[in-house]
Order: sequence, then C-alpha cells, then structure tokens
Amino acid sequence: MMKEKNMTTTRLIIVAVGGQGNLLTSRIIGEAALLSDIPVRMSEIHGMAQRGGVVESAIVFGDASSTIISDGEADVLIGFEPSETLRALNKCNAGTFVITNTAPSPPFTVAIGRGTYPDPEHVKRLIQNKTGRLMAFDAAKLAREAGTAMALNIVLLGAAVESGTLPVSRESVIEAIETRVKKDFVELNLKAFELGAGAANENR
Amino acid sequence: MHKLLTDGPGKKLLLLGNEAIARGAVEAGLAFAATYPGTPSSEISQNLFQISMNSPLYFEYSTNEKVALEVTAAAANSGLRSLCIMKHVGLNVAADALMTLAYVGVKGGLVIITADDPFMFSSQNEQDNRYYAKLSGLPMLEPSTVEEAREMMGQAFTLSETLREPVIFRTTTRINHSTAPVVLGPIAQIQSEGDFQKDPMNLVTVPAVSRKLHVKLLENQARAAELSEASEYNREEGRGEFGVICNGVSYAYVHDAVKDLGIEDKTAVLRIGFSHPMPKNKITAFLKERSKVLVVEEGEPYMEEAVKAFAQEEGTDVLISGKGDNLFSRLNEFDPALVRKNIAEYFNVPYDAPKIPDLSDAPESPARPPNLCAGCSHRATYYAVKKAAEGTDTIYPTDIGCYTLGFLPPLSMGDFLICMGSSVGTACGFSRATNKKVVAFIGDSTFFHSGIPGLINAVFNNHNFTLVILDNGTTAMTGHQPNPGVDMAELNLEGYGRVSIENLVKAMGVSHVSVIRPFNVRKSIETVREALDFKGVSVVIAREQCVLYAKSLKKKSGRPFYVSDKCKNHRNCILELACPAFYIDNGKTRIDPGLCVGCSVCAQVCPEKCILPLKSVS
Ligand code: SF4
Repeated sequence: MMKEKNMTTTRLIIVAVGGQGNLLTSRIIGEAALLSDIPVRMSEIHGMAQRGGVVESAIVFGDASSTIISDGEADVLIGFEPSETLRALNKCNAGTFVITNTAPSPPFTVAIGRGTYPDPEHVKRLIQNKTGRLMAFDAAKLAREAGTAMALNIVLLGAAVESGTLPVSRESVIEAIETRVKKDFVELNLKAFELGAGAANENR
Repeated sequence: MHKLLTDGPGKKLLLLGNEAIARGAVEAGLAFAATYPGTPSSEISQNLFQISMNSPLYFEYSTNEKVALEVTAAAANSGLRSLCIMKHVGLNVAADALMTLAYVGVKGGLVIITADDPFMFSSQNEQDNRYYAKLSGLPMLEPSTVEEAREMMGQAFTLSETLREPVIFRTTTRINHSTAPVVLGPIAQIQSEGDFQKDPMNLVTVPAVSRKLHVKLLENQARAAELSEASEYNREEGRGEFGVICNGVSYAYVHDAVKDLGIEDKTAVLRIGFSHPMPKNKITAFLKERSKVLVVEEGEPYMEEAVKAFAQEEGTDVLISGKGDNLFSRLNEFDPALVRKNIAEYFNVPYDAPKIPDLSDAPESPARPPNLCAGCSHRATYYAVKKAAEGTDTIYPTDIGCYTLGFLPPLSMGDFLICMGSSVGTACGFSRATNKKVVAFIGDSTFFHSGIPGLINAVFNNHNFTLVILDNGTTAMTGHQPNPGVDMAELNLEGYGRVSIENLVKAMGVSHVSVIRPFNVRKSIETVREALDFKGVSVVIAREQCVLYAKSLKKKSGRPFYVSDKCKNHRNCILELACPAFYIDNGKTRIDPGLCVGCSVCAQVCPEKCILPLKSVS
C-alpha cells in the first residue's frame, strides 16, 4: 500500500438522484484534493444513474485505503434531495454533519401512489436529533438564481466547502471547477458556488 | 488528445479504476482490443474506443463475448498484444472459446478482463469468476486498488508472453468504479502489425493435437505456480501470530482494519494478487508462523479451500477460517466495518462498532427505482403490446437491457429472465410447455448478441410465439455503444457495415414480420394484434431511436406537452404509462416540460384528448 502523509480521515457521502450532477461534484472534490496533495479515494454506484435511480458516491480523504464507507461511518453527508438524505441516514452517526437541499424531487412512485413523500419539517427535526449538525436550505432556488437548476450540485458544494468540514481548500475547489466544468458554464457555476457559500454562512 | 494518452511519466491523474486499467493497457503497448459492453467493465472499452480513433490501436465492439475472445485470440496468435474485456457473465458466453484457447495459447500477450459484480449492482448474478482460472488452468491476477490496476495490467501482458497463455485479469465493481490519483508510467510503442505462422499440429485442436496440448497446459501451470510463488503480488506484510490472507478490495479493508484495531504488531497479512495458481509454498510458510488464520475474500471460498487443502497436505493444524455463520458470507460485498468486526471477533481483540442512529421512528423514503426515461420508446411498445394482448393470458419472457425495467408495475411486462438472449429460447419452451400465449421481448443489441440461435430454433421447431425486437438503434443500457444494427454514419464513423434486423429475421425463415413505430399508438396496437393472431413464429420490430442517444447525437426533440384544463383526472396517462415526466401537483396531473421530449404517446392514451403540445417552448 502506498505510504501517505499521516492525517486523520474524513469520510464524505454524497447522495443524489440520477441527473443531479453527483458524479461531477465528486470529481471536482477529488481533483481539488489532488491539487492540494491530500490523499483521496472515492467510489460510486451509478449503474442506473441515467434512469432516475439513486446515485451514491463515497469520498475518503486522508490515511485510509478503503474507497467505500460503512454504515454509521460518514463524517459528512451531503444530500441533493431531502428524501434521499433521509434514506442515507444509516450512513451517519451522532457526530455526522449533514448538509441537505430542502427542495423535494419526489420519485415517480409517489405520483402513481406507490409511496408517500415524507413531511419535510419532520425530516429536518429527525436529522437534527439523530446526527451532529444539520445545514438545510433550498439549494434548488439558489441554483436557479445562479442561472440554472442544473447548478444545484455546485451550490451544495459551495456550502460544504464554506462550512469548513472538508479538508479541501476553497481555492483548490474553485480551480477544479474551472478545469472540470465546460468553459461556457464556469462563470455560472462559480456564481452557484458563491451562493452556496453564502447560504452556509447564513445557516451557521 | 485523449486524457489517457497523456505523455508524462510520473504525472498524477485522478482516474476511475476502469480508466486506470485502460491506461495500463495503453502503457503496455496494447495493439488490439475487443469487447461486448457490460457494467462494471464498460468504461474500459469506451476509453479504448475513443483512443483507437487517434492511435494505431485497433478496437472493436464485437457481437458478443465469445466472438470478442475469438477475435482477440487470433490477434494474439498473430503476435499482437491484445485485450478482451467483458463483465463476469460475459465469460460464460466466452467460456467455450476460453477453455480450448487455454490449450492453444498465444504468441503476443492476451489479457482477458472479467469484471465481477459482488452484490449485483447491475447484474443478474454474483458468480465468482476466479473459478474460471481454475477451470481453464490459466493464470489470474487481481488488483487491490485503482493504482495497482494500472501497473498490474502491464505485468499481465508480460506474464502472458512469458507463459504464452492468456491471462485472466479479474476485477470487482469496487475496483472498476473507484477513483484515485494514479501516477502515470511511460507509454510503450505499439506494434500493430501481426503475422500468423501456420502450425496446424499445435493450433488445430483435433483430439490428437489436444492430447498433446493438455500436457503442455499442465506443464505451463507448473511454471505459472513457480511464478506465483515468486510474485510481488503475493506478498506478506507485517509480523505476528495473527494471520490474514486476502485478495482484491478486501485487502484495502483489511489494511484499514488492522490499523484501526491497533494490531499492526500482532498481525501478518498475506495479500494474494496472483491468485491462480495459488502460491502453495508461500502460503504454507505463512501458516506455520501463525496461531490462527482468517481468509478475507468476497464471493466464494476460493482461497479458503486452497489454503485448507495446502494445510492438510503439509499436516499443519493451525485454525483456518473464512466463510461461516459468524464470519464472512458468500453473499454481497464486504465493507470496512464488517471486515474490522470480523477480524476483531476472530482474533479476540476489542473494537468499537460504528454507532448507527436508531432510525426505527423515521418515516420511510419512497422507493426510487430506476425507470425508463421520459419518452423512451420501450414504454410505448409495452403499452401497445399490452393493449393488443388484453384479455388473453400471456407469458412475457424478457431480456437484458433498459427494457428489463418494464417488468415493474404499472407496465408489468416481463415474466422470466435468466441471461442474454434467454427471452427467445425460453419463449420456445413456454409456448410448447403451456397453453398460454407467449410474447417475448429482446433489444437490438441483445438480439445480435445471442437471440439469433433461439429464433432459428423457433422457426425450425415450429414454435408458436411473437418476438418483439425493441430496436432503438444502440446498446443503451451500458452507455450507448454501437451494435451491428447501428447507423455508424450518425456517429461520423466510417468503414462500418450495417445489418438489417428485418432482412435477417426474414432470412431466418420467419414468415410473419412487421415493423411498428411505437409512437404511433393505434397503428402499433393493430399491427401487434395481427402478429399475435398469427399461428407460428411472428416477429414485430419496434423501431424508434433511444431518446437519450438521440439527445447525445444532438437531434432535436419534439415539443413538450402539457395537461390542459379539460383534464378529468382519470390519470390513465400516469397509471398506465408511468412516464417520469408526469407529476402530481395539488392533486392535478402535470407534465414537467423539462423532462417531456414530446413523444405524444400520453396524448394518444388520454381518453379526454386533453394532453396537448405546448405552443411555444419557454
Ligand atoms: S436510455 Fe434509451 S432505451 Fe434506455 S430507458 Fe432511456 S430512452 Fe429508454
């Protein structure tokens, strides 16, 4: 196994619905870690991402060899969709910091009467009780403010970075966005990033 | 330039496991590659396909894994470094070629990648393909990390050329779909022109030749065993009375567990990366120094059985465990906490279990199963068949592709599935064994892959069913790879032929062949009904390009539809079609214009005719 600089590990889980840009977000975070010379390993399950299923990525920073995160072992959980954040709570523990978008995107099963969407306020309280800290805000709204609903992922990334819970620096993430995102969309994404960072400051 | 052609040894890139594998092959001077796509292996071939457009590398999507292996077997027997890529179940298809290719061997290096899928994230079974190495007698390598995958790929070619045999390179999903920084090595020159030397007494496997070749294979296996003993990939780390033997991703979990449990000074780890033949001497020497040994491997007890057999032969009585009730399961994949717990309990060391919050009072999140895309033509075809077959008791054998998702309610079209192509063969059986109507579904790519022999069988044995070929002009499920029916000109690629499914089916002797455009609902229902009424084998080709693929080709999609005020809320649209563009807003049915691609099927289904195209697209 490669010798790496000794540092504590931070385990981050990102959950999203297919199409919300989870994989790009993980890539950006990974690139940012690489730029800052922080050991990083990630894994993703995305077999059916394009068919509206759940996409989960795990990012492990620091001194660990595993690329996946066991139940109860996430230090940070970022949820792009509230019912998905709820579904991923088994990854958390009493110390986990949870960042979630609050704008629901109900799965199709709800429309055809094969599932009920949980009450958002109830979900919020529940997360607050079961985990270390919750930062919840309407990231979809901020994304639209930045110019497109598609930028939701970068809004949440901005909030996560600003909250200081990830070992990657703000500068390295911005640099990674600039290299990873298509040229025409960089400006928009940087705006989304700033709006997310602002939301983090408001929700401290 | 393609990212994986980056020149600059020592440079660090963030790579997906599959990219690291492709890069490793490129660094090794890969000249020739063939595949049939399958998750979790698909990105390896996707990258090589792109690379082949700007380099001397020859790459092809073959019709199935058996053909891919035959194609690469010939290339390797012409001296070219070749790679054959498939998912684990693909090796079942290629097994016929594999078993005897092991006798014949190769001249240039041939590496066969089998990407196993513990937990079946996207597969129909979780078979452990390490047994294929044992069955065929071929050497096998298994990387434990993304970084190692790159480096091991080069070694696999060297090993293949040393032994003049194909090498099986086995990964699991967590190698293929993990990402890590990878340090690049230099790219070797490609030797892209092969030459074939005739040698029928060694290359034509009639019994007299094969009897000789089997002897050679066993001799080779003995040489491979020596190499396995000496291999860096089978290495011992640490010292102590506790012994752990592991492979693949489990090694990463073991590594973390030993550190987290603070038992580095008591534990020796033997990582097996060259896993067939198993290094007997290394293992028996390892056993002798230990008080207790735990074998940590996902899947079947492949190593455990070997280790126990070695111990028995040597008369070593150290306790060896692996799979068992309070230990590891043969099911699913492992994770770090599970491995930590089992190591701690087995060696009797204290540990902290992760504290999962009590979620018994939490509401359940509504299920979010993957669904056919908005505007997917499969949905329209299923609807048409359902209407045409209404009132009859029909069995629907299905097959492997996006369309398999149609088995879920409310479409509920899909009653039986075992493997690629099985819709056709099982339709033959169901139509004979029961009195029921049988309508089978198969995609274009799957039909080319392995549906053809089943259909010929149906014609010959005069079975009675309808085969619906869902021809969406691409291999959608695995990421839109080409297949023999695809119009390659749309991809701006020259030099390809094209096989017409219609001509093919007619040439097979199917007398009732029709083509439907599934977005024309009424006409489709009528045409399907005629096919169902036909006694004998009938084929309906449902032709409409995959919407996602069309989007990637930058084709214009139709105008989105909306639900007008005339809606009486029957919800036939939602309940019968389950198109994800629909949602309910304050009890009213609505269409998300961002998702709707304007296929118009719901508008044709609505009894009130109240679903209308939006005038202007905002
Ligand atoms: S990718 Fe194509 S074939 Fe697959 S569900 Fe979507 S539209 Fe249908």
